[in-house]
Amino acid sequence: MSQEVENIQPSYPLFRNDEYKENLANKREAYEERHPQEKIDEVFQWTTTKEYQELNFNREALTVNPAKACQPLGAVLCALGFEKTMPYVHGSQGCVAYFRTYFNRHFKEPVACVSDSMTEDAAVFGGQKNMMAGLENAKALYKPEIIAISTTCMAEVIGDDLNAFINNAKNAGHIEQDFPTPFAHTPSFVGSHTTGWDNMFEGMIKFFTLNHMADKKVGSNGKINLVPGFETYLGNYRVMHRMMKEMGVDYSLLSDPSEVLDTPADGTFRMYSGGTTQAEVKDAPNAIDTLLLQPWQLEKTKKFVDTIWHQPATAINIPMGLEWTDQFLMTVSELTGKPIAASLELERGRLVDMMTDSHTWMHGKKFALYGDADFVMGMTKFLLEMGAEPSDVLCNHANKRWAKAMDKMLKESPYGQNTVVHTGKDLWHFRSLVFTNKPDFMIGNSYGKFIQRDTLYKGEAFEVPLIRIGFPIFDRHHLHRMTTLGYEGAIYILTTLVNAVLDQLDKETRGMGTTDYNYDLVR
Amino acid sequence: MARLRQCAIYGKGGIGKSTTTQNLVSALAELGNKVMIVGCDPKADSTRLILHAKAQTTIMSLAAEAGSVEDLELEDVLKVGYRDIKCVESGGPEPGVGCAGRGVITAINFLEEEGAYDDELDFVFYDVLGDVVCGGFAMPIRENKAQEIYIVCSGEMMAMYAANNIAKGIVKYANSGSVRLAGLICNSRETAREDELISALAAKIGTTMIHFVPRDNVVQRAEIRRMTVIEYEPGHKQAQEYRDLAMKIRDNKNFIIPTPITMDELEELMMEFGIIDQEDESIIGKTAAAEAAAA
Repeated sequence: MSQEVENIQPSYPLFRNDEYKENLANKREAYEERHPQEKIDEVFQWTTTKEYQELNFNREALTVNPAKACQPLGAVLCALGFEKTMPYVHGSQGCVAYFRTYFNRHFKEPVACVSDSMTEDAAVFGGQKNMMAGLENAKALYKPEIIAISTTCMAEVIGDDLNAFINNAKNAGHIEQDFPTPFAHTPSFVGSHTTGWDNMFEGMIKFFTLNHMADKKVGSNGKINLVPGFETYLGNYRVMHRMMKEMGVDYSLLSDPSEVLDTPADGTFRMYSGGTTQAEVKDAPNAIDTLLLQPWQLEKTKKFVDTIWHQPATAINIPMGLEWTDQFLMTVSELTGKPIAASLELERGRLVDMMTDSHTWMHGKKFALYGDADFVMGMTKFLLEMGAEPSDVLCNHANKRWAKAMDKMLKESPYGQNTVVHTGKDLWHFRSLVFTNKPDFMIGNSYGKFIQRDTLYKGEAFEVPLIRIGFPIFDRHHLHRMTTLGYEGAIYILTTLVNAVLDQLDKETRGMGTTDYNYDLVR
Repeated sequence: MARLRQCAIYGKGGIGKSTTTQNLVSALAELGNKVMIVGCDPKADSTRLILHAKAQTTIMSLAAEAGSVEDLELEDVLKVGYRDIKCVESGGPEPGVGCAGRGVITAINFLEEEGAYDDELDFVFYDVLGDVVCGGFAMPIRENKAQEIYIVCSGEMMAMYAANNIAKGIVKYANSGSVRLAGLICNSRETAREDELISALAAKIGTTMIHFVPRDNVVQRAEIRRMTVIEYEPGHKQAQEYRDLAMKIRDNKNFIIPTPITMDELEELMMEFGIIDQEDESIIGKTAAAEAAAA
């Protein structure tokens, strides 16, 4: 055997040994019925053409990597942001294993979440029995103070009624009548993970406030509510705390999983840690206003804030980049009467200084990006601010109004004149665009790495490096702890982007005696 | 042993599918055939006349009790009644919860896995809920299940609509598999020229009216005693009607892919037989008050 005890190797580089090479070649020859390499290359080249792109964009029946996830995934993240809250998914077990694994791979943390494990008889008779036993067991075993219930498609297809099942479970004494059980129907086949976050959040505030509005008065607690939406950068929760504290603004960050998704290794396992308290949620209608940090994905929440809490729900954009962070802080300042903190002004000045230092490298660089609606919009906005040119911007789950707002924003900038916005398209569409309208870089989640590999296969001149900003990021460590919002976030994004540009330039100019006349020490 | 013939009985709700099926199956058993009835309806009333029971314990209710279908044995769910007719009921949820269609799928899969369709059997009859509302209720006509479909209907307008709609459903499965329409069974409601009308409809769909079952109160009397007419009063002329139906089905070779007709064609047919009047376009959407004002 080529594996030696003293030098155990992983698949790479082990499979590069002659023995394995031969073995794999034999397997390919004998069993794989592989087409000849020339044929594969011919088809590969065809998939990079404009002609193929047209066929690809006329695709009707198939989605290849949708660049979105399903509703209950979002519902689970939302629930994790509340104190001592157990996310509970009514439906089949495998779905919950998937949510846990997905977050686990991104955050490198254990993720507590239970399922009531509906099986065949539950599919026929409905899942009420599972709900009753599930609530009782989850409460007894994991001692949460809130159980936040969402659903998988199985329960939705057969039309299980969460409200009735939960009330029946309480009436039958499986859990106490007054035990908090916010819930949301989150069919996986409708919308995306961001819809699910919105639904669960609405379920949460509905449960704690809808029937308790009589003694509530807008502005009476002097606070500002901040709703993050589906947010996976832990630094974004932390930067919100910091900015509000520096401004002396009293606030509630409604849903904050930054503790439970970043617990220390000190010998103590924390199933629950941090999170928004029940008291804060109950008090939320008394705030001056509720600001939605990702407004394009929080439509139900906005409606609830507007019609039940009767707060203005002042419209803001995602506080990403320079101008929209300004807008956010000014809105907070106007609503609370507190001036923008000197420390934040200083931070803003530093960001502007950095943008000035780097703008020559960013200017005219083409970026193709994909991800959630608010994220790609904020990222596009910041790219325009730095004089970079977004080439193609793709969001699968965004609607037509979003696309129109994007187009309007792009038309107003000299750098957005050639940008094309795509909704309802997937990463296989995106792959075509990266070949036919070659950007300098892609910005998106880990799935883009396969597109980068494909571009390199076409030839070095065609390679489009992936800059990992988004969700999920499975193949790099600790990026989820970074910040993309506020001036701090802009500083991180700028640092990441400009150094990607410089890395690429170094790569292209290190040819000994050919291009290294520009392989400079100072950039 | 002859090849097992699997037949599914469809038709509008309340048309008499279960009664007809049980009488027909009793007659087939009387002719010496080994028969099984599979009830595919959460109401579970497809076998009561054979078993003299109120309602048979169903596969799904036993599965729910036992915890899962895997914990069931065939003999728990399979009951034997009049003339050794084997009876099973798929069962399903109470109205308003769960998924009845999934119950049918689960139950039929269970029967196949447990070997309920043994070599002794000559016929299996699936008695399916009136409206094929979802894929679950089409389970009996999926590949390798029922290959002959009989539609029970009458000369009433809605029963004929339903029959034509069911024919449309069969086409979907027939084009990709071996399921075929085998005939219409007219369960008389004593409407005018009923036999001619159903024969005409059958001809248009591409099949035949395999038998005209007249209406007779003896069916009612037998049902009150939870019996088929064949068992209750074997000498009655109605029993002979069911025997005729049974023999025709036994000897039936006319299996076709149906050619369902359009709504217009169906309405034309009904007008021809005076079931509905020529449509008067001028009265459509007019309230009684508006008509009175116009008059």
